[in-house]
Amino acid sequence: MFKLRNQALLAFMLSTPLLSQAATSLQQEVDTLKNQNKMMMERLDATIETLDMMGSKNSGHGSKGKTTLGGYGELHYNNLTGDKKEIDFHRFVLFVGHEFSKDIRFFSELELEHSIAGEGKAGEIELEQGFIEFDLNKTTRAKAGLFLIPVGVVNETHEPNNFYGTERNPVEKNIVPATWWEAGAALNGEISEGLSYDLAFTSGLDLSTKNKVRDGRKKVAKARANSPMITGRIKYTAIPGLELATTLLNINDYTQGQGTINAATMIEAHAVYKSGAFGLTALYANWDVKGKPTGYDKQTGWYVEPSYKFSPKIGIFARYNKYDNQAGTAGPGNTSKQQTDIGVNFWPHEDVVIKVDFQTQDNADSKNQNGFNMAIGYQF
Amino acid sequence: MAGFSTFQNMKYTITTILFLIASSALARGTYQEPKDFLNNIFKNNPPAIKKMWITGKTREVVTEILQHKPSRLRVNYWQKGSRSVWILDEIGKEQPVTAGIVINNGKIERVKVLIFRESRGDEIRHPFFVKQFSQAALNKQLQLDHSIDGISGATLSVRALTKLSRLALYLSQQIKP
Repeated sequence: MFKLRNQALLAFMLSTPLLSQAATSLQQEVDTLKNQNKMMMERLDATIETLDMMGSKNSGHGSKGKTTLGGYGELHYNNLTGDKKEIDFHRFVLFVGHEFSKDIRFFSELELEHSIAGEGKAGEIELEQGFIEFDLNKTTRAKAGLFLIPVGVVNETHEPNNFYGTERNPVEKNIVPATWWEAGAALNGEISEGLSYDLAFTSGLDLSTKNKVRDGRKKVAKARANSPMITGRIKYTAIPGLELATTLLNINDYTQGQGTINAATMIEAHAVYKSGAFGLTALYANWDVKGKPTGYDKQTGWYVEPSYKFSPKIGIFARYNKYDNQAGTAGPGNTSKQQTDIGVNFWPHEDVVIKVDFQTQDNADSKNQNGFNMAIGYQF
Repeated sequence: MAGFSTFQNMKYTITTILFLIASSALARGTYQEPKDFLNNIFKNNPPAIKKMWITGKTREVVTEILQHKPSRLRVNYWQKGSRSVWILDEIGKEQPVTAGIVINNGKIERVKVLIFRESRGDEIRHPFFVKQFSQAALNKQLQLDHSIDGISGATLSVRALTKLSRLALYLSQQIKP
């Protein structure tokens, strides 16, 4: 009886205009909320699209987000006989790049060596790269400016994460001589899949007052440019893990107009093979410096480096290096230098490396530096 | 005379390079448009785009795979039957590499580099390299179950493409039926 009365009362109330108005108002509120929700979802979608676009395409800095910043560095500790016990922040490098358009870009590498630069200080500030690159088509690029010479294994790719041992190998350092940059123009292109060429016309060495090729680098610092250098490289990478490359290089007058005209030519060849955990690198380089006295007319060297990675975080290596900056027949006898290295690289992060290695030297002049080296390095 | 001759050669070559720069259609880097890749995979009838949120646990795992936080909050994908297609970006050294990756039944069916923007390392786009990814699956450590041999001088590009392959395999496991 009570239930029936309530239902009758409810029916009565619903039929009143007041309640009907309340229901209409409620429905309008729901519709408004639905519209607001739809609008918010649309705005959320648009915000995410914008954030994603910023994150993926414009992650750089500067004007229009097209300027990128990177770098690498390495701190070394050497404990070697011959009284070389030193600690040195060997390299602090910043990369700055800028994309002017999809097909034209700038790249630079600015390096502070040995922590402090200036008059009487051990270090120096060097511009190692600074060039504009143009894409000519899908397989060909041109660049102009100051750039690394396309030669050897470590000359163009020398971030500490990418090579074994605290110090770069002595053969490329003293014979190639890495790190080596000049100014000029270059072409790079593909002949077929995995077969590429580089052709560079640049400033060259100046050996008018020096004998060792390493000492002939003028680093594009008000360097004499009487005689340019021509460099050509062929590189084969069509088998994953394998790189075979050879570079030929010529300067018609290595005195740069300061003496008797004589040519210097260099041939370099290397093979890098990495398959699974196993790696093997071998390099040979030889300079023919016509007219140089006391054996400096031939400067030559080679190394071989097997390595093994137990995991992506840890790898071991051994390297045998032999080189001679006075290998010509008119030299003062045996002047060769030999060095054997063994060591371990540990990568706690893919962009951070810790290295420990031992070296023994067997130099003809008996000035050997034996002992161990340690390093911590990074790239970003 | 020898120096003069070399100077002439150099002048000629630089002029040639500048002429090539001026006259060439500047177009390197885009090897296939993403929509063409999808049409190719789905025989001109691609399914509707789907979006996966990269949040919560998924974001944590993606961060572990990439070794940095993802730049996107959502990822687009296309799915038909057991196949899913992912078009993903990852920075090599400085610029993003865009790859199309087809996953079928938990294994990689195909990897294709669609857009390459770096100045070095574009050898990774070639079939001789990407075919190594075929039939790779993800192991419990979120690594590919077989090793990928790199390309000397293209280390960072190889690393980026390997990460994208692992990412596509992982994300395909997160698709809700």
